[in-house]
Amino acid sequence: MIEIKNLHAFTEGKAILKGLTLRILPGEIHAIMGPNGAGKSTLAKVLAGDPSYEITDGEIWFKGQNILEMAPEERAHLGLFMSFQYPLEIPGISNFQFLLSCYNAKRKANGDVPVSDEQFQSILDEKMSLVEMRKEFSERSVNEGFSGGEKKRNEILQMAVLDPCLSILDETDSGLDIDAMRIVAQGVNRLMSPEKSLLLITHYQRLLDYIKPNIVHIIVEGKIVMSGGAELALELEDKGYETLLASRKQG
Amino acid sequence: MTTEQALKDKSDYKYGFSTPIETESFAKGLSEDTVRAISAKKNEPPFLLEFRLKAYKKWLEMEEPSWGHLKYSPIDYQDITYYSAPKKKQKLESLAEVDPEILRTFERLGVPLDEQMRLTNVAVDVVFDSVSLGTTFNKTLEEAGVVLCPISEAVHKYPELIEKYLGSVVPIGDNFFSALNSAVFSDGSFVYIPKGVRCPIELSTYFRINDKQSGQFERTLIIAEEGSYVSYLEGCTAPAYDNNQLHAAVVELVALDHAEIKYSTVQNWYSGNPETGEGGIYNFVTKRGRCQGFRSKICWTQVEAGAAITWKYPGCILQGDESVGEFYSVALTNGHMQADTGTKMIHLGKNTKSTIVSKGISADVSHNTYRGLVKIAPKAKKSRNYTQCDSMLVGDRCSANTFPYIEVANPSSQVEHEASTSKMNEQQLFYLQSRGLAREDAINMIVNGFCKDVIKELPLEFAAEAQKLLTLKLENSVG
Repeated sequence: MIEIKNLHAFTEGKAILKGLTLRILPGEIHAIMGPNGAGKSTLAKVLAGDPSYEITDGEIWFKGQNILEMAPEERAHLGLFMSFQYPLEIPGISNFQFLLSCYNAKRKANGDVPVSDEQFQSILDEKMSLVEMRKEFSERSVNEGFSGGEKKRNEILQMAVLDPCLSILDETDSGLDIDAMRIVAQGVNRLMSPEKSLLLITHYQRLLDYIKPNIVHIIVEGKIVMSGGAELALELEDKGYETLLASRKQG
Repeated sequence: MTTEQALKDKSDYKYGFSTPIETESFAKGLSEDTVRAISAKKNEPPFLLEFRLKAYKKWLEMEEPSWGHLKYSPIDYQDITYYSAPKKKQKLESLAEVDPEILRTFERLGVPLDEQMRLTNVAVDVVFDSVSLGTTFNKTLEEAGVVLCPISEAVHKYPELIEKYLGSVVPIGDNFFSALNSAVFSDGSFVYIPKGVRCPIELSTYFRINDKQSGQFERTLIIAEEGSYVSYLEGCTAPAYDNNQLHAAVVELVALDHAEIKYSTVQNWYSGNPETGEGGIYNFVTKRGRCQGFRSKICWTQVEAGAAITWKYPGCILQGDESVGEFYSVALTNGHMQADTGTKMIHLGKNTKSTIVSKGISADVSHNTYRGLVKIAPKAKKSRNYTQCDSMLVGDRCSANTFPYIEVANPSSQVEHEASTSKMNEQQLFYLQSRGLAREDAINMIVNGFCKDVIKELPLEFAAEAQKLLTLKLENSVG
């Protein structure tokens, strides 16, 4: 599904990703963990096409296409979705309007006829119940006045509406209480299928109790230094980064 | 190349008008003789000459206001020609003769083809029969009893009305620029709606004879008799260029009992060289409406997106009891533009109500200032004002300032003021793009969300074009 080869990324003159390589197959759930500043969020943003990062080397192949040449909206139309760690507010535009525009933009890009407001209402109702969001949220301005948890749920709602092949969740669990995290995780799980892939970027093992990864990677200083199964995350929680990496070096 | 640049390169270019030799214009400079000569040229009745002379004398005593948050090189008032015989613009054969850059802008703005032809002064009878359109329109107005004609014509046809109302809303000595305008005004619109008539069509400068160049010192007067209604549209979204740098227009509106006037403006004057800011239009306009009658209403809506310097405060004098004044505005500045604009709501009568919604967008190194006055006089019992003043900053080199003046002399009144500031930046655009929206659509969405409360008050034909205009102006400014 996605193949990242030797990726180098800079921002504000600093090198963040220094040769990151990663491969995710359809149906797989990967988790990336690592200390602060290691490049976890950077990876997510670079995959989505954040213009504040400069790619100096490496390749990203998504569904057989070189997406480094593509604008963010083109990557979205191809089926890539990134849930922001800090979702932005768009005052004056309702969730409904926003989601409808994005939904139709994708349909147009794929040669489909856009849906009407009424048609979309039923689609949205279904998706909102999937992520257990109350109906009033569709009329509110996007993320304006939303609590942290509500913003994250809104991100998952967008994911539900856009139906991507690869979803990258950037620290979706940060700022969420247990209940909110459970709801978000449930929503994500409901959206998964054997054709879809998921990349979870997280600090804590907690989320991985609800969304079970196939593979866990540890990123340090812009590179993936260790990969393993789900139990790696548990080991990490037990030992911490320093100890774990040191012991692996020796062992 | 942007439209502005294309226009700058052809400094004589005025939509295909090649500079003719001016056969009938005065030498530059302004003196009492100039004023007399202007009046004589137009064959005006004595009361109007008196009006002009009084204004000129007053102007000599006044000083150009300097309190505005504006910087510009001094205007030499002696370096202006104060009278030119109305020149007819040369007709073009077809759109093929128009600068392609201008046509491209029209397309981006979604301007319909026949409108494009009118704006570029293509001889419309060649391809499209608009003569009949104009005739039908005039007939409709005539049947309703609505008068729409140039002020120079109204002076001769309806001198009593002119004598009664001219200068009654914006007195001669109101400000430096209105005094100047009152002395040397060239022409403008006169609108009269008789009692009980609801003007059947939206009047726009579309239907004014458009083959003459617009004047520097335009004067407009709209009178709505008891129980009447009119909606008037001024300006257009297409970039407008003029040799004359100073524009000092005056617009006066009078609404009698139960009458309503809606005055909408879309302005996109040339704002100067994108790099240096030089050469743009200075737009110093005085617009005011008097809600003279009981339950009268005046609503100003505007989208200001051009001119190098904008200085205007369309306001309402709420004289009649239960009268209503409204002001909905989007003012966008980019490049080196400067705007010091806002409104004045003066509550004199009882139970009067005013609403102000001002949206300022600044980008690049421009300066956007909102200046508003809400004044509640001692006798204006139970009056109410609601003001919402929002600024959006695009990029990090522009500025937005707000100077609200609130003067309340009546204790039973209610005044509310809300203000907010937000930024439009690359991250917001990236967020929307990452959800599948193209960059232009993303800008459009953010700007529309911001300006929604104002756009929905614009007449439909302006609303769509205005939204596109705002997006167009901001495209290169984000980042």
